Amino acid sequence: MNKNLLWKLLFIIGTMLFFLFGIFGIPKSVSGEGLMTALTDHIHLGLDLKGGTHLILQVQVNDAVNVDAQNAVEVLKEQFRSHKIEYTEISQPDPQNNPDHLVIKGVPLEARSDLRSIVQDRLPEYDVNSGANNAWVLAMKASKLNDLKNRAVSQAIETIRNRVDALGVSEPTIQEHGLGQYQILVQLPGIDDPGRVKDLIQNTAMLEIKQVIGGPYPSQQAALQDKGGIVPIDQILLPGNTLGGRTEGEQWFLVSRVSAVSGKDLRHADPSSDQNGQPDVNFQLTRDGGQRFYNFTSAHVKESLAVVLDNKVREVASINEPIRDQVQISGHMDAQAAKDLSMILNSGALPASIHYLEERTVGPSLGADSIRSGITAAVIGMVAVLVFMLVYYRGAGINADVALILNLIILLGFLGWSTIAGVNVALTLPGIAGVILTVGMGVDSNVLIFERIREELKNGKTPPSAVDQGFSHAWITIVDTHVTTIVSAAILFIFGSGPVKGFATTLTFGLLANLFTAVFVSRVIFDWVLSRKQRGEALSI
Amino acid sequence: MEFFHNVNIDFLGKKWYFLSFSLIFSVAGLLSLLFWHGIPWGVDFRGGTLVYVRFSHPPDVSAIRAAMDRAGLRNPKIQPYDQPSLNEVLIDLDVRETSEAALDQGKTKIINALETNPPAGKQDLNNASSLAIKNYLMDKDPMHLGTDAEAKYTAQAQAIVDFRDKVRGGVLSSLDELKGAQAVDPAAAASMPDGFYLSDFGVRNVEIVGPQVGGQLRTQAGLATLYSLLGMLVYLGFRFEWIYGIAAVVTVFHDTLITVGAFSLLAPRFEISLTVIAAILTLIGYSNNDTIVVFDRIRENIKLMRREKLSEIVNRSINQTLSRTILTAGLTFLTVLALFLFGGEVLRGFSLALVIGILIGTYSSIAIAAPILVAYQEWRIEKGKRPVGMPVARAR
Repeated sequence: MNKNLLWKLLFIIGTMLFFLFGIFGIPKSVSGEGLMTALTDHIHLGLDLKGGTHLILQVQVNDAVNVDAQNAVEVLKEQFRSHKIEYTEISQPDPQNNPDHLVIKGVPLEARSDLRSIVQDRLPEYDVNSGANNAWVLAMKASKLNDLKNRAVSQAIETIRNRVDALGVSEPTIQEHGLGQYQILVQLPGIDDPGRVKDLIQNTAMLEIKQVIGGPYPSQQAALQDKGGIVPIDQILLPGNTLGGRTEGEQWFLVSRVSAVSGKDLRHADPSSDQNGQPDVNFQLTRDGGQRFYNFTSAHVKESLAVVLDNKVREVASINEPIRDQVQISGHMDAQAAKDLSMILNSGALPASIHYLEERTVGPSLGADSIRSGITAAVIGMVAVLVFMLVYYRGAGINADVALILNLIILLGFLGWSTIAGVNVALTLPGIAGVILTVGMGVDSNVLIFERIREELKNGKTPPSAVDQGFSHAWITIVDTHVTTIVSAAILFIFGSGPVKGFATTLTFGLLANLFTAVFVSRVIFDWVLSRKQRGEALSI
Repeated sequence: MEFFHNVNIDFLGKKWYFLSFSLIFSVAGLLSLLFWHGIPWGVDFRGGTLVYVRFSHPPDVSAIRAAMDRAGLRNPKIQPYDQPSLNEVLIDLDVRETSEAALDQGKTKIINALETNPPAGKQDLNNASSLAIKNYLMDKDPMHLGTDAEAKYTAQAQAIVDFRDKVRGGVLSSLDELKGAQAVDPAAAASMPDGFYLSDFGVRNVEIVGPQVGGQLRTQAGLATLYSLLGMLVYLGFRFEWIYGIAAVVTVFHDTLITVGAFSLLAPRFEISLTVIAAILTLIGYSNNDTIVVFDRIRENIKLMRREKLSEIVNRSINQTLSRTILTAGLTFLTVLALFLFGGEVLRGFSLALVIGILIGTYSSIAIAAPILVAYQEWRIEKGKRPVGMPVARAR
């Protein structure tokens, strides 16, 4: 055998070992069962094959924008007060659809430059323009707005991940879904109960700290009576749901509509105990949040604040002194309550609420059924193809069969290596479609080459030159077919969603593998066979 | 072995037959898409609730329908699913039964409607989650494990759920069955009747898609396909000539139309789900592959046979590649047919799309793509222009 050929053979064997390692790793035992566990450790199945819970959530990013805009309203009011600028109204005309739009009415003409400089200094993220009827319109800068919304999504993802980790799910998927629609995909293999997952995620609702204006009241009516039947526009009535079961029956609180700080201002909360050994909760705010909290607490010393989670008052505490970013809540609280409150504070760092868009549970039995039948079908199909190639092309059929099997090894090995590398490309039903197309195109490449070699032999070429011609002619076609398909697959990968992506991934790697196996490997085998033949001996094809 | 030996069929001479064949199928599909069944979107795209329920006895569809009506569900579709021996029913609710606020309200209503006379204070083991079972075992502590039993009872609960879902296929008919179950402790099994009863059904699978996702997915899948076709067009235009790219894209469009049309004609037996979309993408790839093989041969032969008419060259190229076309198509068809026959109910729609797609995709590269090239060339000649891809002679 010539040296060149030997190197190529070694390269092929090396590649095969590399991808076999990807599939099996180093199996603990070589028994069937040992190989099976090694295989399932390395190649992960998608939810559609394995069973589990799949959820798509919509983050209501406008919530986060609303919180920011309400803060801006407060900042403006305060600044106008200290600069003695008159105004009749500062409002958010359309909090539903344009939460970042603020309108200021009734500011005298001579104060316009003051107004501009206030916005520039204190609210640099807003643009200010004059509107109709002497009004001023503030709108958040587009880049800031996007930033705020994206941060809401990534914070939500982080929070949900923390919560899901507590479930102990192996390989959970929690990631942004779709193209910028502020959606999150949550996939939990092996979890059969979506209700439980949703409860867990729902716990991470919106957190705010608000000023307590009145209460507790024993009922909603009592609160309304106290206020003469009308809740002022800047206040809301919230039900209480305090921790630790310290209170009996219903409780209602009247709190400020605007929150002093919200979930996004919170850094971290810990349960601990004060110098007397009493349980308490310490939490840190961001610098910006700390500044606002300082303004709020200085204005309301000796009054009370409410920790509001998902529009329920979870804790009420009195404000002893102005507080910046290091906050301690203590007093009549047991250790469990301190732990729960800090957990709520931490998990409640969700700056926006969530809606569910999609929910799927695949029962483990159904997934197992589709795998079993899918594998049966794939094996039957593969065996039929392999046998046919042997019968139809005899000696050359071995090339085709080796190339096809190697192609599958590389494809599965790629999936295995993705697990080792931590990228986790799972095999899904659409992924299997990609494998089928790969096998089809693999067979096709071999058939193209062999038919061409046969043609060249028929035209009277010697075996070595027929093989050479066959490969070089078929090569052009194979490149064209593969490149077009890979181009389409790449575009599908970029623009498609979950299942379409799975298809595109296996297809792309299958085709790349096929270029290697059907052309390079098959050629090496031909060269090897030819090198052992006498000159003029016929080729088995 | 060799199937085809020096074949010489006049494919282009039969172009009118091909055209009428394609027209019949595309128009039939198109009419069904426009005026009859429309596009039979699966739940992924139209939104709605699908609940797959397995019963412990042959299901009585009319009784189920009556229960759904009593629960106030609007127009539920109830049909037997998969083989009759599996006692499985698919309940399909309109998208109106889901809402932004409570996505799963339809599912809850179905389960409540099917629970007939639940004994007070007991849970339905056929529809209990492993968590509920664990909590019950922790409470009851039948194995006397004391306080530190969480891990063991979690494993017990999982073993019970596994037995129910994997061994018994999702539904138990007697609580006594648990006593013989693998990995289930006899004491735990014996304690179950105190807290659980068995209904006659188990929910195997649930798919709920809210109203806004469907539209979004449709747009996304459509755009992705459109862009990938554009990519194909550009690559072929660059490698061959523009007309080749256009012919390939028209061919692929023809294949997709006929396949989607077939789904529409067969509705509601088959629906276009996300996996069917993957199958359609596969057939696009396959058909395109087939077309390029023929095109490549045409390009090669144009260089060799300079004096021949293009129709002659195209015919020769199709015949030369015919053996490979039939072989590849046959073998791929074999794989896909195995999937259709043995792949199970979940894969049925997916493999049907592939079965149709491979047949049409093979046919179309011969019957559609090649004739388009020739027709275009003849049209150019008639207009007195130089045919694309032909060599030019210029005065020096």
